[in-house]
Amino acid sequence: MKLKELEGLLQDVAVFDEPKIHLEQYVTTPHLASRILFTAHSVYDDIENKIVADFGCGCGILRTASHQIFSDQDIDPDALRIASDNCSKFELSVDFLLTDLTLDPKWQKNDNIIDTIVMNPPFGTKNKGVDMIFLKKAVEVANNAVYSLHKTSTREHILKKAKEWGVDCEVLAELKFDIPNMYKFHRRKSVDIQVDFLRLAK
Amino acid sequence: MRLVTHNLLQCHVKGCDTNNFPLELSEIECESQETDFNPQFLRTMVPKLEWDALVRTAMKLGITTLPDKVPDTPIQELDEKFLRNLHTVLFETHIQQGKMTCPNCQHVYPIKDGIPNMLLNDNEV
Repeated sequence: MKLKELEGLLQDVAVFDEPKIHLEQYVTTPHLASRILFTAHSVYDDIENKIVADFGCGCGILRTASHQIFSDQDIDPDALRIASDNCSKFELSVDFLLTDLTLDPKWQKNDNIIDTIVMNPPFGTKNKGVDMIFLKKAVEVANNAVYSLHKTSTREHILKKAKEWGVDCEVLAELKFDIPNMYKFHRRKSVDIQVDFLRLAK
Repeated sequence: MRLVTHNLLQCHVKGCDTNNFPLELSEIECESQETDFNPQFLRTMVPKLEWDALVRTAMKLGITTLPDKVPDTPIQELDEKFLRNLHTVLFETHIQQGKMTCPNCQHVYPIKDGIPNMLLNDNEV
């Protein structure tokens, strides 16, 4: 599938009815989701015939873009319901787990199951440090690679941590993440924040 | 939730780390949903499965088509009949409602509308 077709398809993915600010629920746009998956697939071959998971999947747009078999996790049952509907709509076979990743759950029998993780975790603005908890967990669990979005302002910190964890971390692109005015405390119409698209590999 | 996912879930209540797999199914409602057959993907999946647990769980759901052991052939030579059957069990059998109980601590994880709830209470983490 071509990039433009993928992006077009993703316009039909349903998003949060009522986003929850304490979970930092922001939608990954079809524009970003399509580029993330396209890169992971066409440049690194980390998607096809791989077991892929999404931590903090929200409404599941990254899943809808990657069309692969495995489970996605989120703490919000409302988001999972929408994600599940999206996957039915696109006839994707995906399992969802309701779980709290910040508690470092050990619900996996084997640690060698998941190959690739593609995620857009909370940025850790409202809940300090949650971004790094997601990233560390993902690096531990993925056999091949982790694709993730993080605030550019945290880049130095992440590069340092990646070294500690013994993984290579590459900044694949600097992106603008468009945060529309969707919560009450937002004063401006929409804000672009500078985000790094990262690939961490063992 | 498909049986492939059930095959890797274990109880994660604090301190419960022996005999905590597989989670026992009860009051199950199942649905069958067709999906594309991908033999290459299945072959990569086979060595990752907990085979005994899969056979036992499938039996519980009335599926008796799986052999007791994975055929003793190299992964690339597993035949199509075996793989197709495995595909049906793993990827086309969906648990929509029910309960999963830990054989050790008896914690119950409910499954609602196909989504297992793996969240724990504060005193269990």
